[in-house]
Amino acid sequence: MEMSFPIDIFVIIDLILISMLLVVGISIVRLNNLFVIVMLYGVYSLLAATWFVSLDAVDVAFTEAAVGAGISTVLMLGAMLLTSREAKPTTPIRRWGSLLIVGVTGIALIYATFDMPAFGDPNSPANSYVGLMYLKATITDISIPNVVTAILASYRGFDTFGEVVVVLTAGLGVMLILGIDSRRSRSGEVEDTGESAEDANEPPAVKETTKQIDALNHHIVLQVVAKMLIPIIILYALYVHFHGDYGPGGGFQAGVIFASAIILYSLIFGMDQTRRAIPPKLVQFGSALGVLIYGGTGVITILMGGKFLDYNMLDQSDTIHAQHMGILMIEVGVLVTVASVMLSIYYGFAGRYRQLKDQNW
Amino acid sequence: MSFEILLSNAAALVVVVPLLGGAIAMLLGSSRLAWSWSLICALATFSLSLVLLSGVLSGENISYEMGAWVSPLGILFEIDALNVLLITLVSAMGLLALLYGLPTIDQEIDRHKHAMFFGTFLICVAGLIGVSITGDAFNVFVFLEVSSISTYVLVAMGSKQNRQALTASFNYLILGTIGATFFVIGVGLLYMATGTLNMVDISRVLAETGSDRVVRAAFAFIVIGLGLKIAMFPLHTWLPNAYSFSPSMIGVFLASTATKVALYMLIRFLYTVFSAGQSFETAMFDYVLAPMAVTAMIVCSVQASFQSDVRRLLAYSSVAQIGYMLLGLSMGTVAGLAAGLIHLFNHALMKGALFMAVGIAGLGLGVVRISEMRGLGKTMPLTAAGLTIAGLSLMGVPLTAGFISKYYLVIAALENGWWWAVVAIVVSSVLAIFYVGRMIEVMYLQEPPKTADDAVVTVRSPILPLVALYVLVIANVWFFFDPSLPMGLANTAANELIGGAGS
Repeated sequence: MEMSFPIDIFVIIDLILISMLLVVGISIVRLNNLFVIVMLYGVYSLLAATWFVSLDAVDVAFTEAAVGAGISTVLMLGAMLLTSREAKPTTPIRRWGSLLIVGVTGIALIYATFDMPAFGDPNSPANSYVGLMYLKATITDISIPNVVTAILASYRGFDTFGEVVVVLTAGLGVMLILGIDSRRSRSGEVEDTGESAEDANEPPAVKETTKQIDALNHHIVLQVVAKMLIPIIILYALYVHFHGDYGPGGGFQAGVIFASAIILYSLIFGMDQTRRAIPPKLVQFGSALGVLIYGGTGVITILMGGKFLDYNMLDQSDTIHAQHMGILMIEVGVLVTVASVMLSIYYGFAGRYRQLKDQNW
Repeated sequence: MSFEILLSNAAALVVVVPLLGGAIAMLLGSSRLAWSWSLICALATFSLSLVLLSGVLSGENISYEMGAWVSPLGILFEIDALNVLLITLVSAMGLLALLYGLPTIDQEIDRHKHAMFFGTFLICVAGLIGVSITGDAFNVFVFLEVSSISTYVLVAMGSKQNRQALTASFNYLILGTIGATFFVIGVGLLYMATGTLNMVDISRVLAETGSDRVVRAAFAFIVIGLGLKIAMFPLHTWLPNAYSFSPSMIGVFLASTATKVALYMLIRFLYTVFSAGQSFETAMFDYVLAPMAVTAMIVCSVQASFQSDVRRLLAYSSVAQIGYMLLGLSMGTVAGLAAGLIHLFNHALMKGALFMAVGIAGLGLGVVRISEMRGLGKTMPLTAAGLTIAGLSLMGVPLTAGFISKYYLVIAALENGWWWAVVAIVVSSVLAIFYVGRMIEVMYLQEPPKTADDAVVTVRSPILPLVALYVLVIANVWFFFDPSLPMGLANTAANELIGGAGS
C-alpha cells in the first residue's frame, strides 16, 4: 500500500525499539544508583512490551507490561528501600569476566541466527507444525477466539499448573525468609504470643505517630483520586480475567492488576489499613487456595474417569462447554494465587519498614 | 473402581500428590500436624512411584497424556527404565529425609515456620519428580523452576544456624537462574528448529532435517545450562556452600537427588533428543565432558581432603563423584552409560547416609568440624558405625554398593581403551580413602571429650533419624549382594538409549 516507503514501516519501528532497549540495557549496567536502575527496568519492560505488540504477541506484551513494568517495579522499589541507594562498585576482574561471558553467549546466539528462518516465515517449523495444528484444532476442540488461552489453559494446561506452583513457591520463599506479618518478625523471633500482647509492647504514643506518618494523609488529592481509581482498576482486572478467552488477558494478568490496586491503596492509605482490610493470613491462605483450585480441577477430572486436567469429563454431552468450564475454573485458581502471592511479596518487603515518607522516595 | 483410577493415573498423581500436599501443608498451623501430613503425602508418593516401577519392571513403558491431549498437542509423560529409577529414588529420599528431619528441624528452624517449610519441601520433591517424569522439553523447564526455586528457599532456611546460608542460597539462585535461562534458550532454539516440544518428536524431526547452526547453538545452551544444575566442574562453585549451610535434612535430600535429576536430564537430552551419533556430540564427549569429569574427580577430591568442615568435605566429594557419573556417560557406550547410572543410584545411597550421620552427630554433639568428631565411636556408636559403612561405600570397598559402580566403571573404561580414565578412578579413590579415613580415624582412634568427673559422655540419638540412617546404610550393603534392581534398570535404559540412537 505504502509505495513511498522502500522498507516496511514495522521494520523501522522494530529497529527503533530494539536500539532503545539496547541503550536502556547498557545504561542499567553502567549505573550505580539503584533508584534509577529500578526505574529503567520499568522503562525496559515497557519498551519490550511495545515491541511484543509490534511482533503480534499481544498476550506476552500484556503480561510484560503488567508484570515487568507494573508490579515488579513496585516490588523492586520495596526491596530497594530496605537496602542502600547505591550499588557497590564492582572489581575490574568481575566486570571484564562478566563481559567475556556475555560476549561469548552473544556470539553463540548470533551464530545461531545464520540458520534461523525469516521472521514470520509461514513455512518455518514453528509456524507450520504444532503451531498450525493449534490454530486449526482450537476451533473444533475448544472454540474460543484466543488460541493463546486455549494453549495455555487447556492443551498445555499442565505447564500453566506448574507455573502457578512456581509463583506459589516464590511467595513461600518471601513468607519464610522475610515473613509477611512484619510485627512478628520485627519483635525478634517471638513465637505465637498473640497480636494483642505484642501490640502492648509498643508505647501508645509511638503508635499514634507512626499511624500519622504511615499514610500519606496530607496528600488529599492522591487519596481522592485513588478512591476513584481503585474500584476501576479492580473492575478492569475482572474484565481482563473473564475476557481472556476472547482477547489478550487471563488469570495471570488479572491477578497482577488486582494486586496493583491493593498496593496502590496501601501506598496511599498505609500498611496498617491494608493489613486490616486484607490480613496476611488471608493472603497466605489465598496463595495455596489458587493452586488447590487448579489442581483440584484436575483431580475432579480424574475422579470423573478421565486424565488429569481432561476438561471434557466435566460435561461429556457438550465437550466445548466442558472445556470452557475447565478453563474458567483453572483461571480462577491462577487469579487467586497470583494476586495473593504478589500481595505476600509486597507485604514481605513493605512490612519491614513502618513509614513511607515523601523523602524516602 | 477407585483403586483402578488410582493405578491408571499413577503417573500424574506421583507429581500432583506432593504438589497439592505441599499447598495444604503450608496452611496447617501446627508443626507436628504439618510434618505428619507431609509424611503421609511422601509415603503416598513413594507408593505411587512403586506402582510405576513395577509397571516398568514388567517390561512395559508407561505413557500418560496430560489433559488427554495427544502428543505433540499436549504434554506427554513417558516413563521408562531410565527415569523410573530417578522417580523412585527421589520419592524414596523425600520420604527418608522427612522421617529423618523432624528433630533436626526442631533445632534448626523456628517453629512457626515449620508448616511452610514442609510445604516447600513437598513442592521440591514434586518438582524433581516432575522433571524426571515428563517427556516434554518445556515442561522440564517448568518443573526445573519449581524444584530450583523451592531449593533456594530451603537452603536459605539454614540461616537461623548460620547467616551464611543466605549468601549461599543467593549464589545458588543466581547461578541456578543463569542455568535455567540457558536451558530455556536452548529449548526455544530447538522449538524454532523443529516446531515441537515433545522430546521424542524433536528427535524424530532432527533425524529428518539434520543439524544446523540453530540446533548446535541449542545443544551448547542446554549442555551448559544443565551443567550448572549438575554442578559439572568448573560450574560447581555454588554447591559446597549450598550443601553445607542448608538445614541438615535439606543437605541430605539435595545431596542425594538434586544434581542427579539434572544429570538425568543431560542424559535424556544427549541420548534421546540429540542422537549421540552426531559429530558435534561425540566431539563434546571426548574433548569437554570426559576431561572435565576427570579433572573434577581429582581436583575436588583433593579439595575435599583439605576441608575441616565435615559437610563441606562431603560436598566437595559430591562434585568429584559427579565426575564419575559424567565420565561414565561421556564414554558413549552401553557399558559406560550403565555404569554411570549405577553410580548415580549408589552415590545417592552413600551420600544420603553420610549427610544423615553427620546431621545426627551435629544434633547430639554440635559437630561441625572433623576435629569435633573425636571419639564419636564411643559417644554415639550407632551413628559412627553408620557413617563408617557409608564412608567405606564412598571409597568403593568390596561388600558395599560403592564397589559395584566403581568396578563397572573401570570395566567400561578398559573396554573403551581409556586407560587414563582408569588411572583417574584409582587416584580419586585413593584420595577418597584419605578423606574418609581421616573421619574414621578421628572417630575411633581419638579419645572422646571428657566431662568434669572424667566420664565418657554417651549421647542418645533420637530414634527416627537413626531409622532413616540405617535404611540407607543397609541399602548400601544390600545393593552389593543384590545389585539386580539398579543394574537391570541401568542396563535396560542404556540399551534403549544407545540402541535407539545407533540405528
